Amino acid sequence: MSSAIKTPRAALLATLLVLSVFPLFGSDYYSELLTKIMIMAIFAMSLDLLVGFTGLVSFGHAAFFGIAAYAVVLVSPQYDPSSLWLVLPAAVLAAAVAAFVVGLFVLRTKGIYFIMVTLAFAQMIYFVFHDSPLGGGSDGVFINFKPELRIGETQLLDLGDAGHFYYVVLLLLVATYVFLRILLRSPLGHALAGIKSNEHRMLSLGFPVFLYKLAGFVIAGALAGVAGFLSACQFGFVTPEILSWHQSGNVLLMVILGGMGTLNGAAIGAFAFVVLQEVFSALTKHWQFLMGTVIVLVVMLLPGGLASLTQRLRRLLLGGGSNG
Amino acid sequence: MGELVLAARGLSRQFGGLAANKDVSLDMHRGELHAVLGPNGAGKSTLINLLSGDLPPSGGQILYRGQDISGWSPDRRSRAGIGRSYQRTNIFPAFTAFENCRLAAQSRTPRALHIFSRAQNYDDLRSAADRALEQAGLAARRDIVAATLSHGEQRQLEIAMVLATAPSVLLLDEPLAGMGSEESQLMVTLLQKLSADHAILLVEHDMDAVFAVADVITVMVTGQVLESGPPDQIRASLAVQEAYLGGGEPDDE
Repeated sequence: MSSAIKTPRAALLATLLVLSVFPLFGSDYYSELLTKIMIMAIFAMSLDLLVGFTGLVSFGHAAFFGIAAYAVVLVSPQYDPSSLWLVLPAAVLAAAVAAFVVGLFVLRTKGIYFIMVTLAFAQMIYFVFHDSPLGGGSDGVFINFKPELRIGETQLLDLGDAGHFYYVVLLLLVATYVFLRILLRSPLGHALAGIKSNEHRMLSLGFPVFLYKLAGFVIAGALAGVAGFLSACQFGFVTPEILSWHQSGNVLLMVILGGMGTLNGAAIGAFAFVVLQEVFSALTKHWQFLMGTVIVLVVMLLPGGLASLTQRLRRLLLGGGSNG
Repeated sequence: MGELVLAARGLSRQFGGLAANKDVSLDMHRGELHAVLGPNGAGKSTLINLLSGDLPPSGGQILYRGQDISGWSPDRRSRAGIGRSYQRTNIFPAFTAFENCRLAAQSRTPRALHIFSRAQNYDDLRSAADRALEQAGLAARRDIVAATLSHGEQRQLEIAMVLATAPSVLLLDEPLAGMGSEESQLMVTLLQKLSADHAILLVEHDMDAVFAVADVITVMVTGQVLESGPPDQIRASLAVQEAYLGGGEPDDE
């Protein structure tokens, strides 16, 4: 029992170690790819809180990712770098407020209606940015100067520097993971698990289920905002496409590919998705055909997602060991 | 007889053209076990659903400690102290028996939204859960995943979860159904003990159990109250015998 718990922890530490030293050995190209993967991992974990742990299948999660990215644009001065102290909280707050408002409406629906209504809200927000000059319209907008972290006259961090940026992303990835782990074992986390398992009974036990779901929805939206903030900083360019339904669909696929309801799975799914996208699009223009095939195979052959692969392997190895 | 805790006044519920409950009035006092009898389709479960808030009434009032709570949501009623169990087992199948009860107890704490503390670290919730399991006779099965408990044990867990919320009113929908005779006996003893300081509404088909534990019995037929009174009065009632007791086996389905 204890070794079963220790193994993932060892794997986590090993992953952390590799991520920490990767920029020292890997090429710039791969460091940047890894940065993108880590950002998507934060995004996917935030969605897993809803899909995997609360039972709310949101098909509009890109809205909060995108709103945070646009918030970076809107609070950044034109000709100076913005302060990380200002822009990160502003982006996360914008995403959280949006999630609160959207949540007030969508959380009154259930099941297939919830999926459709989250999609509808996300599309509304997409068209706000697409059709109004607010964020450069359909062409998108550049961020001329990336945020920086200063104390007095000393510049501590410059997010325009790929090395600095890599470690800021890694730090936020770890922080998000640890935060969600703590959240999941808290009374709120247990209540969300109860809602996923049996919402009706939660009500009759006296839980104000709507408020709990709203709390989860806002937290997930805020964390998606962290990812959206980072994404805007990485590319220095924000277009309405980052809050389109494709993006919502992709992050949902990452969660499903990796395995719902296991934070590790969301991160593994983000890794697999981005890498496959990279590999397949280098092979062919029709990479989405290959991607679709992989997703169908994983869903059919590995219902628990890629995260369940390690458990299966371990069981296979342990089983083989006891026989031999 | 204790204070009047929960009362139905002219309660009715329509399902389309069917009156599942029609002008139902009954009183629940603290320290009293009030049993509701009636053939299938008499509206007993509907009555519990109306009192617990699972169904909104079409007419009439529900008074809790003198206050009209007809419009309250189920969770608000539960927090106010009206606990219920279900006829069809309604538990968290993937959680252990203990976690089922611990979560139930957690609903009583205002700190439930705290996110930086461990849910398992609250001693008062743990002891409330353990006490409830003990009362329902499930202490030995504490760490078993609920889905793998036997049917009878899940019925016991159903009761334990309500008890973990420390309610002052208990609405129990056929708690003995599906239990073995030993567990039934345990449950009857528990009901007698609980009725000392709770107001209990018991819907139950097991006649022996009902006449053994009930202080007041209300007999319902086709959504209406036929007669209400102490067990002796009900046993002697010609109307009840004619409509129900004499009409063959009530459990015949």
